[in-house]
Amino acid sequence: MSWGFLRDLLSGVNKYSTGIGRIWVAVVFIFRLLVYIAAAENIWKYEHDEFECNIKQPGCENVCFDHFFPVSHIRLWALQLIMVSTPSLLVVFHVAYRENREKHHNQKLYKSPGEIDGGLLCTYLISLILKTGFEIVFLVLFYKLYNGFKVPRLVKCDIRPCPNTVDCYISKPTEKMIFICFLVATSCLCIVLNLSELSYLIFKHSIK
Amino acid sequence: MDWGALHTILGGVNKHSTSIGKIWLTVLFIFRIMILVVAAERVWGDEQDDFVCNTLQPGCKNVCYDHFFPISHIRLWALQLIFVSTPALLVAMHVAYWRHEKKRQFRKGDQKCEYKDIEEIRKQRFHIEGSLWWTYTSSIFFRLVFEAVFMYAFYFMYDGFRMPRLMKCNAWPCPNTVDCFVSRPTEKTVFTIFMIAVSSICILLNVAELCYLLTKFFLRRSKKTGNPKHHPNHETKEETKQNEMNELISDSCQNTVIGFSS
Repeated sequence: MSWGFLRDLLSGVNKYSTGIGRIWVAVVFIFRLLVYIAAAENIWKYEHDEFECNIKQPGCENVCFDHFFPVSHIRLWALQLIMVSTPSLLVVFHVAYRENREKHHNQKLYKSPGEIDGGLLCTYLISLILKTGFEIVFLVLFYKLYNGFKVPRLVKCDIRPCPNTVDCYISKPTEKMIFICFLVATSCLCIVLNLSELSYLIFKHSIK
Repeated sequence: MDWGALHTILGGVNKHSTSIGKIWLTVLFIFRIMILVVAAERVWGDEQDDFVCNTLQPGCKNVCYDHFFPISHIRLWALQLIFVSTPALLVAMHVAYWRHEKKRQFRKGDQKCEYKDIEEIRKQRFHIEGSLWWTYTSSIFFRLVFEAVFMYAFYFMYDGFRMPRLMKCNAWPCPNTVDCFVSRPTEKTVFTIFMIAVSSICILLNVAELCYLLTKFFLRRSKKTGNPKHHPNHETKEETKQNEMNELISDSCQNTVIGFSS
């Protein structure tokens, strides 16, 4: 079980998507998933080992790291990718349900099981709203947890057992900040794509 | 999910590319992506662990490393490869859209549709003409722009393509100017020069492909404007003779028809 599973899932979704939906899948694959695996993961690989505090007190470094990074950026990023891809499963399930129904009744009930109309349209719209919701929630979470999208070089820590206020240095702060900005930019792009797709579908079906 | 998935996506585009485009794709996958994954990543693997500064001051090493390497070479290359591969997707999307339209025509039972079955549509290779020509040319243009931007960013960020052995650092909290030593500087320089050289080759291939497409476009246009339809007064001797013969034949046919009807 690895990211290949997500890739297969998204490929399955691609079949029942609109044109904008396919662009969204391409953006998620290439600019988020591939960048995560090929580049970003390695930056945060040794973040705990390379986190250094100006003190020899045992336990101080651990406690300070835990205080400033309750959940690591990279884990939040991975969770965001998974949560944002999952609503598309609703569409896949609905299409499978339609195909099952046709098989069960042994007759053609729908013009085409994959055609986005009726109940499938509602499911598709709900999946778009959920995707957008998750994106926004994770962006807000990132912002609140780390006080913005900037990664500082130095953080000051005075939690027990640190004897006084201690300087702690984060490793590769600039590189981490560049990739977090990249993550935020692609998230915003995906939100824009989802909202465009939503407007397009509502507009198309209200004309009909 | 890895570079292999990108290979699958771009492999589909390969069918509709020119020969130069196919060579470009091969160079990209063998001399850039494969070298990155198989060799370069190992060379830069221990870069921060083995970056050593001549001081015991905690935090000095972290700060100096961050100052000299705002973004690691290996990450910059990975981003460059991703951005440079992406314009080919425009072509893939255009081809997919055309296929979708043809499948729709086929399903409607359109008489104009010249395909026997859906499999033929799926396997068909589209020639680079019409709107696909514009998409393809734009994708090559964007590729060139991305390559140039990343090469410039590289040169600007690292003051050239050479990796020095020693860097002098006096960022806080280092107590004074401190000597910091980079791990494997020669090996890193060799790989950097290799990647820059292959980038340059890719730029040359893209420029050649662009010139080839533009030449083809202008040749096609000049053939169209050289067509006698557009210059009615411009006829060759042979064409005049043929036209006269055609008139004679049509006149005799008309006379025959009139003869029958009367």
